[in-house]
Order: sequence, then structure tokens, then C-alpha cells
Amino acid sequence: MSETSTLEKPDLTIDQDQGNFSYPEDYAFDAGTGLTEKTIDYICDAKEDPDWVREFRKKALKVFKEKPLPTHWASKDLENIHFDDFRYYLSKGAKPKRTWDEVPDDVKKTFERLGIPEKERAFLAGVEAQFDSEAAYSNIKKAVAEQGVIFVGSREGLRDHPEIFKKWFGKVIPTADNKFSALNSAVFSGGSFIYVPKGVKVKHPLQAYFRINAENFGQFERTLIIVDEGAELTYMEGCTAPKFDSVTLHSAVVELVAMKGAKLQYITVQNWSPNVFNLVTKRGLAHEESEIKWIDCNIGSRLTMKYPGVILKGRKARGEVLSIALANSGQHQDTGAKMIHAADETTSNIISKSISIGSGRATYRGLVHIPRHLKGCKNNTECDALLINTESRTDTYPAIVTRGEGNSVQHEASVSKVSAEQIFYMQQRGLTEGQAMSLSVNGFVNDLVRQFPMEYSVELKRLIDLEMEGSVG
Amino acid sequence: MAGKSGQTPLSRDGSIGPTWWEERKAAAWKKFQAMPMPRRNEEDWRFATIDAIQLGDFQPGQKGSTSAEALLKRSTASFPHTAKAVFSNDRLLHIEGGEELAKQGVVFESLAGALHKHPSLLEKHFMAHPVDLGAQKFAALHAAHASAGVLIYVPKNVDLKLPLVSFHWLDGNESAVFPHTLIVTGENAKVTVVDFLSSTEVGGKGLACGLNDLLVGPGAKVDYVCLQQWGSQVTSFELNSARVEKDGEARSLFVNLGAAYARQESRSTMMGSGARSEMLGLSVGNDRQEFDQRTLQCHDVPNTWSDLLYKNALDDRSKSIFKGLIRVAPGAAKTDAYQNNRNLLLNPEAEADSMPGLEILNDDVRCTHGATTGQIDQDQLFYLMARGIDPRTGAQLLAHGFFEEVIERLPEKKIGEAVRSAVAAKFAAMRSLPSQRVSRPEANREKESETLDVRALQGLSH
Repeated sequence: MSETSTLEKPDLTIDQDQGNFSYPEDYAFDAGTGLTEKTIDYICDAKEDPDWVREFRKKALKVFKEKPLPTHWASKDLENIHFDDFRYYLSKGAKPKRTWDEVPDDVKKTFERLGIPEKERAFLAGVEAQFDSEAAYSNIKKAVAEQGVIFVGSREGLRDHPEIFKKWFGKVIPTADNKFSALNSAVFSGGSFIYVPKGVKVKHPLQAYFRINAENFGQFERTLIIVDEGAELTYMEGCTAPKFDSVTLHSAVVELVAMKGAKLQYITVQNWSPNVFNLVTKRGLAHEESEIKWIDCNIGSRLTMKYPGVILKGRKARGEVLSIALANSGQHQDTGAKMIHAADETTSNIISKSISIGSGRATYRGLVHIPRHLKGCKNNTECDALLINTESRTDTYPAIVTRGEGNSVQHEASVSKVSAEQIFYMQQRGLTEGQAMSLSVNGFVNDLVRQFPMEYSVELKRLIDLEMEGSVG
Repeated sequence: MAGKSGQTPLSRDGSIGPTWWEERKAAAWKKFQAMPMPRRNEEDWRFATIDAIQLGDFQPGQKGSTSAEALLKRSTASFPHTAKAVFSNDRLLHIEGGEELAKQGVVFESLAGALHKHPSLLEKHFMAHPVDLGAQKFAALHAAHASAGVLIYVPKNVDLKLPLVSFHWLDGNESAVFPHTLIVTGENAKVTVVDFLSSTEVGGKGLACGLNDLLVGPGAKVDYVCLQQWGSQVTSFELNSARVEKDGEARSLFVNLGAAYARQESRSTMMGSGARSEMLGLSVGNDRQEFDQRTLQCHDVPNTWSDLLYKNALDDRSKSIFKGLIRVAPGAAKTDAYQNNRNLLLNPEAEADSMPGLEILNDDVRCTHGATTGQIDQDQLFYLMARGIDPRTGAQLLAHGFFEEVIERLPEKKIGEAVRSAVAAKFAAMRSLPSQRVSRPEANREKESETLDVRALQGLSH
């Protein structure tokens, strides 16, 4: 870490030379603080939204204003969100600019430790408005486009492909689903739109930051992915590096649609800085014999509330959520899964592993719903929590509704701490207590991490090492 | 009574107690009236059919239609016991065994008797600890009306080998009863208590709002069994709490067979190091019965143990809701807690809702929970059918087996036997009724699937 400072200096000069990031014409596109119908009009004008979208947004605004905060079951911390203080639309040029010197040292250190490519660091730290990855990834984009895959921003999606977009937009997650999906529906901008045609199996995982788009990591991104019959896709969002941002509320909506026999895997690694409220609604609609799998990893943020779900609408559809949450001091990871069985012989699997460090709090909240007219549905839920320090906290709040014929559900949860014997054993073999602890924690999540793409699992391992530092001794 | 008609149900003549007692009751009644009815969107009432709570026009202290002799004849326990009290519509019909027990310093008195003979004991312990799992309003209702039931006090080092029993009867269709059981034990004392809650008619109506407190002294052991067999149209509340001091052991079993809507809340608080609590539940549902169970295992101090096992077998369109929570306080290291809810659906129309929860604020603990819902194993059923047993009886036989895990945990085998026969009696009664299994025409299924989707989504936004 002593060499950190020497490494960063050249980084800074290169980036500043490379781009002269000022977009004077875009400064006009700043909707100001607060949220009213005027704000919506403003966003619609700026984005040149069609009329139906304008109407959709205004309706959503109403719903958002009417809905109370869900504090009767969720964290009271939500009351600390001051909705009137936010800017709900900032075009890329209006994003606050920051120099490398202003980036906190711990963020810099983390980049260093994770081995993030230098070019990406400036972007992730919010110094650069854009991350130019075009060169590196254009080959993949080209290959994918040749197969007929549409992979664009949500704005281009609704402009250029309304026939597909409109059919599914807002159908998996209705505006009124919860207060934050309503908020997103009112002010969404950014996010991805993907359509994979029938029978196309996309070999390379698509990543959100393949596209050059300042709106990409937006506050209120909206992603819609449709995988047509028999097609396959893996999508990755976010990255393990801490995303440093001055904006403190992020509320995304992600809708997935898997048509008959399709396979869709959505991987998220969230590592927002610890001042961020991350309130995300994610849900997939799985048709006959299709499979939707969420791999969800939450490491950063102040409060994350995210329960990826699958509506199993077609016979023999399968839904899966694999979730890893790591809550350090000052953090609350309120994550989980929702499985709505709506057809016979559907199966779902939820595996959740959480780690609480320091005074961190990890919560599993789940819903499994099997209504009475269904047959042969199965759910399996496993939640394991690991507590590192005495003041660490973990909660489990599942809700399981079962009716019908031949349906079975099982839920199991356990809470444990790292065994003193294990640590002692490793210390005898020359590891420090911290190293031993890291090794144990990595072992705890190993089954799940193995399912991640290679580069993610390597980064994740380093990240866990990093988070574990200072938690013992 | 209360909410709907607005009239004062507790217009009973003749106060039975001292001033403090009557004042408390008046305050409780005020509290009951001031508190709103629970709403479905409250976490503590999630999934509950609030509309099923029928406070109606039931009145306490109604004169029943069954003679005292007939009721006393029916008030028999199949296992040996040392003391017995019988109440009908909250009126004491009979109490025996108290004098003999008094020689050992043991108190077995009706509440009315205890008010005169042991007022300080009652004043100190009667509902001294708040109910906080949702039914606060109904706890206030209980406090306002409680007059029937027993106070049991077992002094230091007294080991009562044989159980003490109480019978509470709901007689007629207009009655409200408020059975109360308060067990206070001194150091190293041992006692087993069994409550029988029944209606004179199988299809009887009424309101039952009972409460029992188990105060387990240091090193003491309290076994409590509540056999709830109210009539099939009764609205029932059974609010239980156990507070266990250092090295004490509480064990409670709630057998739920009767009532249309039965809400049972059970809270165990481990007060001292080495405290143990075993919480057991067994329910058989048929028709449209709803069993609404809320539990809390509260570990506030280091080195305590609790184990919960609730099993429900559900036929017809009956429903069970289990919401449990293990709460481990920051200082409660070496907690060993377990929570398990198992549901057996005997009919596709039956519903089991399960919400097993954990809140762990200390790292040095062993906590696990599990919840499963499933059907009768078809291979096992086939085996029985191949031996000439009809499928319904076969399923019930297998359900008996399913319950064995709970019943076997009772140390007093003869009480276990009584539970078994009560379950068997309920199964026999169910066999005599036509099964309510309805096969839905395909045409309706589509529609239902639509509406159910909506319900599911509402659940999501919850």
C-alpha cells in the first residue's frame, strides 16, 4: 500500500489529457431538485419520450406519492431519505465532476488491491464521465449483433424497437408494485434493453459496461431483457470495484422475460459506496420450461433492499436465486428472494449466504408462494449466515404459502460463526488470524462463488479479503 | 360484544375482588376499547383472516344449558392427577385436591379463591408481563374479564409427581369465557399442569380468550399441556408466556383441535443462564378452520437453550399460519436455539403459511430453523391401501405417525396417550363427514389463476 500514491499520479495525468470532459450544451438538461409533474415533463422533453411514456411516468408519479414507505416491515432508515433534495434527472454533462485528488484514499486503495485496470479506475471513481471500453469489447458486440441480438440502452430500445419494448415494459414489475418501483417508473433513465431472438445462444456474457453510456450506471436505471424461445443469455451488471458516487439514492427496476425453453442468467455485483441507499426491484417472468437464474452479490451501500424474484408462469419453469451479502459496520444488507409459482410442476431454489462483519447487519427476507390450484411444485430454500464479530447481526424473515396437490417446500436456515478450532489450526500453520478468517469466509461462500464467471470470482475473493481486514484482533 | 354491538359485555354483577383487582380490570377494559382491531397489513397479523375474528354478542357468565352433574361426569382425565378444577362458562363447578396439596405448601386455588387467600401472590404475578406478539387488544380483553381459572404455586424443592388439571367448558351458544392459568414455581420445584378447553357441543359457538403464564423459578421444571377442543364455531385466543430463570426448564404443548379461528401466541423468555424452554405445537385442521400461531424465543442472557417444534396436519380448506422468531440479544452468547415448523397438507385446498424468523445479534450462537410443507408420501399410502385401508384412514394413520415426534417429547407417557386419543377422536369425527375435496372445472381454473396472480403480486409489494 505504500506504493499506492506513486501509482496513481500518472493515472491522473493520463486521464486528464485524454478527455476534455465538459458538455456545455447538456447543462440545460438538469431538472433541478425535487419531484413534481414539471420534473416529469422536463425529463420527457429532454429524452424526447413518446407520449405513452410521458403518460406512464405521470401515472407512476402519482402512485409514488400515494404509497407510504414500507417501514412497517422494513428498516426505519428509509425515513432518512429526503426525496425533495434529489436531482431526478441529470444528463451526462451535468454530472458533478471530480478530480482524482478528491477521490477518497480508501477507494483508491481498494482499486489497487482489486487490480482494477487503470483506465477503469478513473471512471469508477467518478472522475471520468465515460469509460471508453469500445475498443476492448467491440468484437463481442459485433459478434452478438450478427446473431440478431439487440443490445442497446433503454432509451434507444423504446425509440427503435417499440414493438418488442412496449409489449413487456412494466409487465413483470407493475408500477404500483412498491414505492420505489413507482419512483423508478416516473423518472427512469439509463439501463439496458436486450432482445435475444429465437434459438440464439449468446456465448459471451453481456456486460452493462460494454456499452459506452454515461447513463449506464444511472440512479434510476431501467433494464428490460427478453430472451425468446429456446435462446440463452448471461448478463452481468456492476462490478466488484466500489462505485464511488455522490448520489445517495439508487432505485433501479430490472425486468426479465424468458420465453418457452429459454435460459437467462443475470449476475449482479453491487458495491456502492457506504452512503448509498440501494432500493432495487428485480423480477423475471419464466414461461414454459424456461429457466431464470439470478446471481446476486451485495457488498456495498448503506442500505440495500433487493429481493430478486421469479414468476413461474409456464409449466416446468424453473427459478433460482443465489445470493451473497456482506454487511460491514454501518451497513444493512436486506436481501432475499421471491418465488411466485403460477403453473404446475414449477421448481425454485434459493440459496442465500450472508456475512456480517463488525456492527453490520444482514437480513434475509423471502417469499415463496404456491397457490391452491397447482400440482407438483417444489421449492428449496437455504439461508446460511456467518457472524464475524460479537456485535454483528443477522435476521431471517421468510414467508412461505403452500397449498395445492403434491407441492412441497422446505426452508432451512442456520447461523454460525467461524470456528475457533479452524482459526487455531490455520494459525499453527503460519497464517495470521486475519488471513485465517478470510480463508474461512471464502470457504463459506465458495460453493456460490464458483458459479460466478472466472474474473468475478477472483475479484470477489480479493474483495472479501479486503473487507475482512481489521475485523479481527 | 365489544366492537360490533358497542354494548358493554362485562356488565357482570358483583365484583369478586379487592380494589386493586377491580381497578386493574377497569383499566384493562378501557385499554381494550381504545385499541383498534388488528389489520391484515400489520406484520403480526400477516396472512391472518381478520374477518374470522368474531367477537359477536357473546357474553361472559351466561347460564349454560348443561347440568353441573353432566359436566362433572365429562370432566375426567385419563391419567392420574392430584388436583382438579372444573369451570363452566367461567363459573367454578368443582375444585378438589387443594387441601391435600396445601400440606406441602402448594397452592391450587381458583382465581376467586386466590383473591381472598393469596392476594399478594396474585397481585405480584397476575399478568405481570406484557403480551407483545400482536394480540395486545385481546390480552386487555382477558385482563378485563378474567375470573375463572387457577393459581398454582409450588414452593421451593417441592416435586409434584402427579399432574394438576383444569377443565374449562363453553356451554351454550352465547358465551364468552376467559380461562386463566398462572403457575408460579420456587427454586427446584417440579409440576405438570394440563388444561382441557372444550365446548359442550361439537358445533358450539362462542368466544374464548384464555391466557396462561408459566413462571419457572431457578432450577424448577414446569410442564404445561393445553388441549384445545372448543366447538367448531368458536373464536379462540390462547396467549401463553413462559419466563424461565437460571437453570429452569419449561415445556409447553398446545394441542389445537377445535375452534373456527384459533390464535395462539407463545413466548418464552430465558431469564437466567442455563434456562431451557421447549415449545411444542400440534394442530389438526378440517373444514375451514384457521390456526394462527405466533411464537417468540427470547434469549436475553448468555448460555440458554430453546427448542420449538410445531406440527400441523391440514385437511379440507383449513389453514395454518406459523410465524416464529428466535431473538438473540447482543449479550446472549452461547445461545442454542432451534425452531421447526412442519406442515402436512391432507387436501389440495388446505393452506400452510410459514414465517420462521431469526434475529441474531451475537456471533457466538448456534441457531437454526427449518420449515417444510408437504403431502402424504404416496408410496406409504399405497402400502396401506394395498392392505385394505381406505385412503382417508390411511392418510390419518400416517398423520398420527407425523405427530409422534411431538407427542414422544412429553415425559409423562399417560398424558401423551390422552393427546393421542384426542387426535384420534378428531380424525374419527372427520371421517364421518364427507371430504370437502372439490375438483375444480377446467374453465374456472384459468380465471382463478388470474386472480391468484394478483394476490401473489400483492404479497410481493408487501
